[in-house]
Amino acid sequence: MVNDTSKATASRSGWGLLWLALTLAVLAVGFYHAMTAPTEATMGNLYRVFFYHFPHTILSFLFPYLNCGASLLYLFWRGSSRERALKADAFAVASAEVTVLYASVGLATGMLWARAAWGIWWTWDARLTTYLLLWLLYVSYLLLRSFSAAGQTAVVSAVLAIFAAIDIPICYMSIRWWRTQHPAPVFGGGADSGIDPSMYPAVWWNLVGWTMWGAFVLGLRYAIERRRQRQDAADALAYLGEPQEAR
Amino acid sequence: MSYAAHVWTHLRKDLRLEWRSKDSINGMLFFSLLVVSVFAIAFDPTAFPGISRQISGGLMTVAVLFAAMTALSQSWVRETQNGVLDAHRLAPAPLSALFVGKALANFLFVSAVELVLAPVFAVFYNLHPLGEVWKLLLILPLGTWALVGNGTFFAALSLRTRNRETLLPLVLLPISIPALLAMIQATTAVLTGEFEPTAWLKLLLAYDVVFTMASVLLFETILNAD
Amino acid sequence: MKIAALQDESVLEGLPEPAVELKRVSRLYGSFVALREVSLRLPAGASAVLLGENGAGKSTLLKVISGLTAPSYGTVQIFGEPPQEQRGRISTMGHATMLYDDLTGMENLIYFAGLNDMGERAALEHIAAEALRAVNLDAANPRRVGEYSQGMRQRASLARALLAQPELLLLDEPFSNLDVGSAHSMIDRLLAYGSESPTRTLLLTTHQAALAQPLAQTTITMQAGSVVSVVERAGAR
Repeated sequence: MVNDTSKATASRSGWGLLWLALTLAVLAVGFYHAMTAPTEATMGNLYRVFFYHFPHTILSFLFPYLNCGASLLYLFWRGSSRERALKADAFAVASAEVTVLYASVGLATGMLWARAAWGIWWTWDARLTTYLLLWLLYVSYLLLRSFSAAGQTAVVSAVLAIFAAIDIPICYMSIRWWRTQHPAPVFGGGADSGIDPSMYPAVWWNLVGWTMWGAFVLGLRYAIERRRQRQDAADALAYLGEPQEAR
Repeated sequence: MSYAAHVWTHLRKDLRLEWRSKDSINGMLFFSLLVVSVFAIAFDPTAFPGISRQISGGLMTVAVLFAAMTALSQSWVRETQNGVLDAHRLAPAPLSALFVGKALANFLFVSAVELVLAPVFAVFYNLHPLGEVWKLLLILPLGTWALVGNGTFFAALSLRTRNRETLLPLVLLPISIPALLAMIQATTAVLTGEFEPTAWLKLLLAYDVVFTMASVLLFETILNAD
Repeated sequence: MKIAALQDESVLEGLPEPAVELKRVSRLYGSFVALREVSLRLPAGASAVLLGENGAGKSTLLKVISGLTAPSYGTVQIFGEPPQEQRGRISTMGHATMLYDDLTGMENLIYFAGLNDMGERAALEHIAAEALRAVNLDAANPRRVGEYSQGMRQRASLARALLAQPELLLLDEPFSNLDVGSAHSMIDRLLAYGSESPTRTLLLTTHQAALAQPLAQTTITMQAGSVVSVVERAGAR
């Protein structure tokens, strides 16, 4: 069994390395553009953290839906096709971890921005609060996975994933209403209200680069989880194959 | 038996069990009183008379939240005793009816506590609501159902974990934040009369419908997750 | 005594669906193998006793048959369907009473009869009272089940298990805490129950093989998660 997968693994590793190389190249170009984009009018050079903040926050809303999709597929397949269900579960945990990763970076860069723009580390504005809630939701998903009894992890976390994915738009809307009612300093006022065209290359290269990076990390985590699953299955078969011990 | 009849059977059973032991209600009532007292020390209404209306909505919602958590964390205890849950899993009745019955029972218990808590709060904080008080009769039930519905569901989900009591708040609170926000904002709107709670009421209603549907559809999945 | 291999397919051609059919069922808990490639076939109407030491996997086997626990490998079929599709036709009784301690015997049985769709209120009361009487319990007893003696608890649990007239009855050490008289009453009750319909199948585990003799048309022995022998009594139907 190990031999059969080693060739497939080798070719997958090959593609993985290629993807990584491409990603690093794109990120390097992105870095170049981010550092050479014209200085911002009010914030000087401190605004450049935006080029890292923006892709991470946008993507942290994408990965949860990959997680939700994988969870639905897991529930759908777990009766009929066990192997596919396992793959779906591996994808679900990988995408949840990447969500937490990206949300963490989004929060950290957001706080750096707030410090640079307003001199305060945190502001309860609509965006930062939404990122915080997203982070809380998916950390709770990871906690559930670690607290759950073995063998039931996949099912219970799949259910939570569905609830969390439904909750995201509700969170987003409710927090926006909250802040239109009681306005707080608006974060990143420059973000949608027009980015100067001269900054577009930096924005786009970083967006693409960090998407590629996210895909890479997700794929890597998926592969690790699949390996762990295969190891568990091999262990189980080994335990079954052991001769009975006379009691 | 129809679905509604099954729900009614489960509800009657939960009410009867609670009536016999009175574990939940007594604990919740006293706990809520304690929480209100602690809040009064933390946010002294006499020292800051101007803002007591602004923050009371939030304080009361948090007090209700704590009260609800004490009820929710042990709402499935009687089913886990003596393997009763297995009997439910083997019976042909739809399992989601068990959930709805229990959620309704929890809803009634928490609402009973709210009926006591609200006047106590009004007295401790010298509250004279400036908005339309009758709207509280919509806000409180909708908000309570949001908490209790999801709470009953996740309490059942946490039966499948190693540290049940620890996990419930960790999983319930993030999901419930929009509902808590809506309940706080709507209550504050009624207390201060500064804005209309309508938008928040609609949000609560939508939240309740969506998550109740999700809970009913997924309950059997988590109960049979073995 | 005739030793028959129940897995011999040709013997069973033309007969109705077996009550229980396990094909290479294994169940692992981490590294612990509770069931190891168990294949078993029980025809409808069988009455079987499952013997084995503690930890041999008897309870796990019953749980897998009832559908309460999913097997790690292999398939389970009850009357031709997975156990989850046969809700209401399978009933279990074990160490736990599966009753609410704070309700009386009648209240418990009325509740479970309702869950089994056994009719409207008046009919449910009648059914519950009958079920209690059949195990020599007083239907009018106002005491809650939590206050019953051990013997009464087990009889109440049996009443609940028989309530929906299941076609497959799984009992995990039903006589463990009973005195000899009560045990014999329970055995008589089970024999009567089984004889009421030709498809009713019984499978029970026990440490008291001699006591359970009347019910042991088939005797299955387990050891370390495997079924090591299946013995049919001569003259079995």
